[in-house]
Amino acid sequence: MNYAASPVLALRLPLWRSRMLLALIAGGFLVLAGRALYLQGLNNDFLQQKGESRYSRVLEISANRGKITDRHGEALAISTPVKSVWAIPEEVQFSSQQRAKLAALLELPPREIDKRLNESTSFVYLKRQIPPQVAERVSELHIAGLFQNREYRRYYPGGEVMAQVLGFTGADDVGQEGIELAFQSTLAGKSGSRRVIKDRMGQIVEDTESIREAQNGRDLALALDAKLQNLAFSQLKLAVEANKARAGAIVVVDAKTGEVLALANLPTYNPNNRSRLSGAQLRNRVITDTFEPGSTLKPFTVALAIEQGKVTPDSVIATAGGSFSIGRATVHDAHHFGNMTVAQVIQRSSNVGAAKIALGLPAEAMWNMFDSVGFGSAPRLGFPGEAGGRLRPYKSWRPIEQATMAYGHGISVSLLQLARAYTVFAHDGELMPLSLLRVDAPLLGKQVISPSTARKLRDMLELAVQPDGTAPRARVMGYRVAGKTGTAHKEENGGYAAHKYVSSFVGLAPASDPRLVVAVMLDEPSAGQYYGGAVAAPVFSAVMGGALRMLGVPPDAPLKPLELPPDGSEIKEDV
Amino acid sequence: MARINLILLALLTACALGLVTSQHKARKLFAELEREQERAKQLDVEWGQLQLEQSTWAMHARVQKIARERLRMSVPDATRTQVVSQPAPAGAVR
Repeated sequence: MNYAASPVLALRLPLWRSRMLLALIAGGFLVLAGRALYLQGLNNDFLQQKGESRYSRVLEISANRGKITDRHGEALAISTPVKSVWAIPEEVQFSSQQRAKLAALLELPPREIDKRLNESTSFVYLKRQIPPQVAERVSELHIAGLFQNREYRRYYPGGEVMAQVLGFTGADDVGQEGIELAFQSTLAGKSGSRRVIKDRMGQIVEDTESIREAQNGRDLALALDAKLQNLAFSQLKLAVEANKARAGAIVVVDAKTGEVLALANLPTYNPNNRSRLSGAQLRNRVITDTFEPGSTLKPFTVALAIEQGKVTPDSVIATAGGSFSIGRATVHDAHHFGNMTVAQVIQRSSNVGAAKIALGLPAEAMWNMFDSVGFGSAPRLGFPGEAGGRLRPYKSWRPIEQATMAYGHGISVSLLQLARAYTVFAHDGELMPLSLLRVDAPLLGKQVISPSTARKLRDMLELAVQPDGTAPRARVMGYRVAGKTGTAHKEENGGYAAHKYVSSFVGLAPASDPRLVVAVMLDEPSAGQYYGGAVAAPVFSAVMGGALRMLGVPPDAPLKPLELPPDGSEIKEDV
Repeated sequence: MARINLILLALLTACALGLVTSQHKARKLFAELEREQERAKQLDVEWGQLQLEQSTWAMHARVQKIARERLRMSVPDATRTQVVSQPAPAGAVR
């Protein structure tokens, strides 16, 4: 049929009908154009976002926690990546064979796995921090609903030897104790992120922007010397075991720079396996525990008296009789030697002598002396829980208290404070600031007493380790050693415990030009001996001798074998 | 007129193909870069583990034990040690 001949064409329809149709269609297009404009131009954020989410991903860039090394760069704490295996319990499907393999790989009993997967949560850790090789074998099992994520685990190759100094990090790689906590902000890395375009296969095809650069944590070089630390720890351990002590602590300080070269505590723990820990194991006694030091404080009293011109090393103190009353209280000496010179008071550790010297001094000056060598205030190393000890204001001192403080009672200090205070004698009167981190430029000390007084005290302290002093066992062959013993009753329930002692020894060597200060403390030695000279001095001698040799310090004394007095015959100090 | 159009068309096609090729090359290179970076990270991890292993093997307690027990070595005592002072004024030996 011919189109042109169609009768429809011949119809004459009203014009408005075609116009209306035109208007309707045009209107439709207008709406479409408007919508298109709206979606693509005015309000396109939503769609853009949806589109991008199909191909663009934000990736996390992980950052490493910094290493901790000793002063020679030997690694003491390193983080390495490990995997944690987690599951969505509802989605987990595995055959019993897979289950057995999984249990074997994770070293968990199969029942434990079932128990965890039956928990009504949507997320459960099966095992955290497993080695990457094991994790790979787990993923080869292809178990649905089982996932892994990357974590860091910190390893401490030194183990128990320096556990309390380094501390440890938690499962989230955040420091919880020790150096790890103190320098958390330095060590911690900041993870970054970047936006990338991924293709259908999940491969990255383009880097679109870097949102945040990842920042690795900075490495930390400690002042510790791993070799010295090991020596100090092993000697301390021998002594704690031999003397059946409840605890022990030792610190080795470089007298020239104030660096802490070794710092060990017992009891200790293995930071790589912290399943059972007690507070006693965790405590860094050197820094956080205080005790009444006893006779190790006498040199400070004597130093002040010499500074003030009240006595000289040869002044005679009336110590005859061996006891001395102040009010209702009496100060005793265990041995009676008649009158002693000031030097002999130190050498034989006479309480009466120290008390008499102290009573000739103004309380304020004594307080200032103790304060200026750092007692009563925390040493500000930045270590968590640093103890400041107790030094009461001098206005509240009664004469008997001033007298007992002269020989280290009624005042408490930490072993670290004690070691630091002795840098005054080692460094010609300057108190050195201590540092746990390696110091490249020597720090400035603070002059507390004059160099000549410091030298006089060093000579007196040298007498104390001679055969007629309190600590002949502290001597080291080939070196001149100076030091002081301390033995004090432990405080308990507000009084002194009768048969519990803290034995200590603080000393320096070589006396001609001191290089090291070593302080040793043993808590409740209970194998019979408890005098500092018998318990702590041998540890000092072994550590000091080994350390000086390791550091290559030239000997300053003739190399003659030392003659030790027979057991128990040395002069006992007063407790 | 038609000739110019044809030339332009050919030019346009060539440019378009060039763009596609270079984009493809860029992506390939990028994927390679990505792989190498991943490898660098892996090696870094391995280095950390090796360091760890090294310091575990080289622990002083272990070295000392082996030296003492297996190799029968001992620290020379002070009488058998000679200290040579270094910037020696006229070769002074103590």
